[in-house]
Amino acid sequence: MEVVLPFLEGRDMIKEAGGEVFRLCYQCGTCTGVCPWNRVSTLNIRKAMHEAALGVLDIESAQNWLCVTCNMCVERCPRGVKIIDFWRSLRRIMVDAQMVPVDLRRALSSISTDGNPYIGERKKRAEFSKTLGIRPFEPTMEYYLFLCCAAIYDPLTQCMAQTLVRVLNTAGVSFGAHPDSEVCCSESARKVGSEDMFQTAAAQNIENFKSSGAKKILVISPHCYWTFKNEYPELGGKFEVVHYTELLFELVSSGRLKPKAKKPIKVAYHDPCYLGRHSKIYEEPREVLRAAGYELVTMAEERDAALCCGGGAGRIWMDTKKGERFSDIRVNQAIDAGAEVLAVACPYCYANMADSIITEGKEGRLRSADISQLLIEAL
Amino acid sequence: MGDIGKEPRIGVFICHCGTNIAQLVDVEAVAEEAKKMPNVVFATAYKYVCSDPGQDIIKKAVKEQGLNRVVVAACSPRMHESTFRNTCQAAGLNPYLFEMANIREHNSWVHLDRKSATEKAVALVAAAVRKAYYLEPLERKEKEVVKSVLIVGGGIAGIQAALEIANSGFKVYLVEKQPSIGGHMIQLDKTFPTLDCSACILTPKMSDVGKHPNITLLTMSEVQSVEGSIGNFKVRIKRRARYVNEKECTACGECAKVCPATAPDEFNLGLSTRKAIYQPFPQAVPSSYLIKMDECYGFDACGKCYQACEKRCINFFAKDSFVDIEVGAIILATGYDLLDPSLLPQYGWGREINVLNSIEFERLLNASGPTGGKIIRLDNRNPVRSVAILHCIGSRDENYCKYCSRVCCMYALKFAHLIRERLGDEVEVYNFYIDLRCFGAGYEEFYKRISDEGVQFIRGKVARILSSKEAPKGLECEEGQLIVEAEDTLLGKVVRLAVDMVVLCPAIVPSDGTAQLAQIFKVQRRADGFFMERHPKLDPVSTLTDGIFICGCCQSPKDIPDTVAQASAAAARVLNYLSLGKVTIEPLISVVDEDVCTGCRVCNLVCPFSAITYDVGKNKSVIDEAVCKGCGICAATCPFGAIKNKQFTDAQIMAQIEGALK
Repeated sequence: MEVVLPFLEGRDMIKEAGGEVFRLCYQCGTCTGVCPWNRVSTLNIRKAMHEAALGVLDIESAQNWLCVTCNMCVERCPRGVKIIDFWRSLRRIMVDAQMVPVDLRRALSSISTDGNPYIGERKKRAEFSKTLGIRPFEPTMEYYLFLCCAAIYDPLTQCMAQTLVRVLNTAGVSFGAHPDSEVCCSESARKVGSEDMFQTAAAQNIENFKSSGAKKILVISPHCYWTFKNEYPELGGKFEVVHYTELLFELVSSGRLKPKAKKPIKVAYHDPCYLGRHSKIYEEPREVLRAAGYELVTMAEERDAALCCGGGAGRIWMDTKKGERFSDIRVNQAIDAGAEVLAVACPYCYANMADSIITEGKEGRLRSADISQLLIEAL
Repeated sequence: MGDIGKEPRIGVFICHCGTNIAQLVDVEAVAEEAKKMPNVVFATAYKYVCSDPGQDIIKKAVKEQGLNRVVVAACSPRMHESTFRNTCQAAGLNPYLFEMANIREHNSWVHLDRKSATEKAVALVAAAVRKAYYLEPLERKEKEVVKSVLIVGGGIAGIQAALEIANSGFKVYLVEKQPSIGGHMIQLDKTFPTLDCSACILTPKMSDVGKHPNITLLTMSEVQSVEGSIGNFKVRIKRRARYVNEKECTACGECAKVCPATAPDEFNLGLSTRKAIYQPFPQAVPSSYLIKMDECYGFDACGKCYQACEKRCINFFAKDSFVDIEVGAIILATGYDLLDPSLLPQYGWGREINVLNSIEFERLLNASGPTGGKIIRLDNRNPVRSVAILHCIGSRDENYCKYCSRVCCMYALKFAHLIRERLGDEVEVYNFYIDLRCFGAGYEEFYKRISDEGVQFIRGKVARILSSKEAPKGLECEEGQLIVEAEDTLLGKVVRLAVDMVVLCPAIVPSDGTAQLAQIFKVQRRADGFFMERHPKLDPVSTLTDGIFICGCCQSPKDIPDTVAQASAAAARVLNYLSLGKVTIEPLISVVDEDVCTGCRVCNLVCPFSAITYDVGKNKSVIDEAVCKGCGICAATCPFGAIKNKQFTDAQIMAQIEGALK
């Protein structure tokens, strides 16, 4: 039998990287029980906590890169262990030791050199903004529109930016941007341990917002939303952050937009982890869909129990094997609920769901669309 | 004994306290310094002043040196102030001509440098000596005590306390908001670890209460307001109308037979129905029936029960009434409720009919329950072949109740045993737990017994319960079954199995209405919502309000043995002063100088013990001596300086400051 000797330096290394949250864990196993990875693969969170406490955790294990930070375990943990900080600190150690998985490495260095994870040219940000007709931001404008890198560089999700801008113009919303000085919000970069890169990116974005005179930041991605709202303030950037579904809700409930769906289509709304569980916004997107005349069907595992699409913590940039994709399960859940459309509110969810519909062979039975697109279709 | 008029002659006694003080403080030097202080005629140091020989030294010095003030420099007054006051009294000196300087907790225990600690000790002694000069003799008063007790709550805790006090010859008013006493214990089937039938051990006590000449049982009643203080509380109680004459009803049941109106039976947690005119359960005390008027069709529309009742004890025109009583002490025994499991939707309670909470399952087990004691599925009444029992639902959880509910591990084991006993060896019982807390007498042995009976223990808190419709592909399960998902932490693998029934062990929370009661009685609650005890170890049945005591689950979750013990303890505390017929009032309180008081009432608002009221006729604030704790907040707040705190007068405080700073 293998005899274990606690390796306290290993434990201390994790502590110093910010992972000492393992101290509170009382090994109940709820985290492992709720983690979606255990439906398709193996991720024993509880065991990792105990191994970390004894300093015998295998820091190089591929398992350490699995967590997509969906927050399901944190929500249910009875001890309030900040499990996401745990994985983040392990990854930070690996990033500092320059031992990052290949596909992540590409995305991270792309953010570093080009300000986006898609290996796209930096100037494309401003070009895209121009093609959409987004005016340069003036302090008199109400919103600073910050487009997610996915909405700029990924052809699949560019439509989200296009439809949102159309809706905003239709409603006469005052908005602008200053994309030349923007870089990726870097929320996911921080989650995979690139702390320095995050700090640099945040400083640059904060400086851009401040010098532009921006007060309200309108975002497409819940990931940008979450980091601007929760992580930028302590770095000096305190702004009012609005997710586009919140603004759309305001527009339809105040009557500035009067949508009317032509025939009642069954729509299942998938709660994005960073909008739903992390930020507790569940009703506004649904209200927008209802106001637009869509018939909402209830999917299994919704609201605070929503199953992640699998895109967080940089996994959207990585390759996930077929059979291990959460979005495959999600797409089938939408179909089981009788939906014709799977509504999303996040570019990562959009990309993953669209992909899963194809690979699961459900084209024709289900299509995915984001809230602004569904709203346009009803106007 | 009163030494006003004579020049103060102060004696100072410095305690070594073994090495506690003497190791750091040069006590002999302090005694020498004390001799030089004004009005000090005697000063000495001794190893243990609180000991008998130590106290004798004080008494001897008082006599031989003609001392009329005593200062002891030693530990915290919380330790021995009362000891030394008694010493002074024994020496013939008024006990309030005594002052203590804390040179242990405030000095030798918190510092490291010998020189500074000794200097500080001298300063602390000087402060005490200077204050002693201004001390005045005070007299303890005695207040007559009304020799009756109010007990709120008629569960096992209230019943036990009531019997203890009534059997000692004192009058008890037992107020219970339900139509019968018995609380939750009467709902239980068997109790751990002895597997005694709960009703069999409780009903004799209930019957004793019902018959006891010293107990006035007020059911369907709630306390509306409380005034007064220890020894004399004035309480107003609201009695809800029963619509049936409690004394005359023979519980023959003819009325219920003909009643056309049905409603969910709350005694069975809604798992069965009852009539609008009903008896809560067969062994109810009082046994009288009652009518739930909002369920009744009405006298004009129906009135069948009235016709059926031979004794003519049904009165549709009864009204709620009020009862005013005066009591000398109050015991709160209001018990617990279970946390609402719908707050944890992942476990399916409320959505899935075969997910039950523990009291619902107790009723299922009980022969007088909704299924006649048969453990069957509630959807199709098929036999149950497998049960999962989930520990820690909402307990030990930062998101709900941070504390452990103490009794659930034991009753979960009890359930496991009873299920296998009733349904045989083929039934699979799974207990999903994090830890197994079997702490009491016979508890670990009970666990061993249940282990040996073939119960499956899976160490892992259940992540969620799925319905058969949501079962993952590949899992064998029948329609209507429930899927349990958890990590078996001892295997390090996720377990997923299908069962016929799930029993949840929800957290124990203070019973509904506890917050309002805390307001009415002006007792504190802890952060977890339960009533706050005066001291968790040394005084668990008293509250911070003199004369009001707590016992049972309203203080914290506990099992029946501990509840009964606490109830007897609370009764004993009450009998302390009820048997003497009087209570001693400490004179260290605040007093309003009526000549200065302008009736602004600011003090009324700041008193944390609600001891200050307002006399409308005189336009003056009045401090209730029996309630006042002498905290001095009112004295500090009064804008006119009309309130003086005895033993913390301005002159005394100024003298202390001067002594410490010189």
